[in-house]
Amino acid sequence: MTQPGKIEATGGRNSLRPSDEEIAFLKDRAKFCRLETIRLIEIAKVGHYTSVFSAAELFSALYYDAMNLKRGEPKWEDRDRFMMGKGHAAVGLFPILADLDFIHRGLLDGYTRLGNPLGDHPDMTKVPGIDFSSGSIGHALSAGCGMALAGRMLGKDFYTFVMIGDGELQEGQVWEAALFGAHNGLGKLIGIIDRNGYQLDGSVDDIIGVEPIVEKWQAFGWETHVVDGHDVAAVATLLRTLKADRDRARPVMIVAETIKGKGVSYMETEPGWHLGYLDPSDAALAIAEIKAMEI
Amino acid sequence: MNKPLSDKSWQYRQLNAVTPGLDALSDALLELVAAGEPVVAGTADLQYSNGLSKFHRLHPERFVQFGISEQNMVSAAAGMAAVGMKPYVATFASFLALLCCEQIRMDVAYSKLPVRLIGHHAGISLGFYGTSHHATEDLAIMRSIANLTVIAPADGNQLMEVIKASNDYPHPIYIRTQRGRDPEVYANRQPFTIGKAISHFSGTDLTIIATGSTVHPALEATRALRRAGASVGFIDMATVKPIDRDAILEAAAQSPQILTVEEHNVLGGLGGAVAEVLSSEGLPVKLTRHGIYDEYSLIAPPTHLYVHYELDAKGIEARAVKLLEGVS
Repeated sequence: MTQPGKIEATGGRNSLRPSDEEIAFLKDRAKFCRLETIRLIEIAKVGHYTSVFSAAELFSALYYDAMNLKRGEPKWEDRDRFMMGKGHAAVGLFPILADLDFIHRGLLDGYTRLGNPLGDHPDMTKVPGIDFSSGSIGHALSAGCGMALAGRMLGKDFYTFVMIGDGELQEGQVWEAALFGAHNGLGKLIGIIDRNGYQLDGSVDDIIGVEPIVEKWQAFGWETHVVDGHDVAAVATLLRTLKADRDRARPVMIVAETIKGKGVSYMETEPGWHLGYLDPSDAALAIAEIKAMEI
Repeated sequence: MNKPLSDKSWQYRQLNAVTPGLDALSDALLELVAAGEPVVAGTADLQYSNGLSKFHRLHPERFVQFGISEQNMVSAAAGMAAVGMKPYVATFASFLALLCCEQIRMDVAYSKLPVRLIGHHAGISLGFYGTSHHATEDLAIMRSIANLTVIAPADGNQLMEVIKASNDYPHPIYIRTQRGRDPEVYANRQPFTIGKAISHFSGTDLTIIATGSTVHPALEATRALRRAGASVGFIDMATVKPIDRDAILEAAAQSPQILTVEEHNVLGGLGGAVAEVLSSEGLPVKLTRHGIYDEYSLIAPPTHLYVHYELDAKGIEARAVKLLEGVS
């Protein structure tokens, strides 16, 4: 939860590039996110492993570096906001919320069980730290536009981050929000497309192609950046750099190049894992691979 | 911001001469802004149809033009509410309640955000614009969404009081309005209590219950029937959800018959809501639900349609007379 401050060439808290120590920490938190995802889905017996694994470094860079947050204070008024259209990756976010003391850690143990607030999709009315509910693909960028615009109207200085999937770009409402965000010059709105290339029924290219993504957002008037979504140092550096320019007059869309299932070899090459369950022997192998990850 | 309308334009004349009642929504919101409330108004390319152009002119910093992107408007309004603003967003009832049903359910109602959704030109009030622009399903749809309150004001004065009452109301609200040409039911502004019906008359032969646009003609019909000697009661059920059970039960205790009148399908709207209350109490009351009988309306000027579908004062009176005479 460092903040971009004055720019230094040497790295560290006040630099646009995280220090080696910070990078190691962010990598560790991405691993934690993946491992906890496996643990939680073991409770539910089905879940979206690969949707989390493509986004784990993005979550880590956002929650442990870029976003302005206060540990244990999920309702802090001036916090940066985050929401995701790909709500089915919430299983990877809940452990982070617990890690930041936004929710009680014990809640994780009852993931998806009757009466527990943690389900497959995030619910803002039940889970402190969830800034907006999701589950129906395509709404989040609109809600993010509303938050960013309201923030400006209220004289607030927070940033709104919205993660959307590449398959999500097939929803028409995303493009309504694309027009709106650019038209209103929402410079404190930062979108992140988790471009992992797959959706439930197969590859995005085969289902309904959305390319060229970068050119589309440019044509809609957004500032665009492409980043390796698994290079947590690059992601954190980009987010720090973007936040350092507090006078930006248009919204940003980051296209994060990711791999669906990143960290587990047989998921990375097999598209049929959008939704799934690892039986205990598969899980042991996945855990070993994640622990050995060197990104 | 667009340049102001020229007084030579048709839209200017509509706003200022033909439908001055369209100012009610803006005027009510202006009162809230003047009181320091973090109100924001939004529309989807219909600021002259709903009269928000006045609010826009006076408070451009609190007005959001969403363009023809209704779904984005509803979700964005939810986002604005989530960070502390009080959004009032308006578009045709058909495009709000039907096109944006899922955004209303997920982002507004399920998320318990105090967004006010104003569905104007409801029912068949867009006449010859046709079925795409009619909304005879919105009460049924909005009523079945948990956490959502549904209100249909009868005229501009009541609308202004509904907006005032909405200010500190913690739940999201769907507000169903007409064209801004509503004949006056309430000569003065009277404080509005959400969830409380307004009883105008009680009757021992029949009670008529209406909501929104049908209050005025149904009230006229009631008066005519009473002048003719029948004991006819009348209830303005402006809040369709949560419905005022006590008012219905009181009417049922006094009258052997109840007639509901709505500019809406007879399925699932006001009539449906009243039927649910009566049947759950097992009361021996005959209920007749009058409205649009599960069909798509013809096209015609709205006043012609109201005559055709017996939703004008004479038509409602004729329906009531049949009930009083035991013909139907």
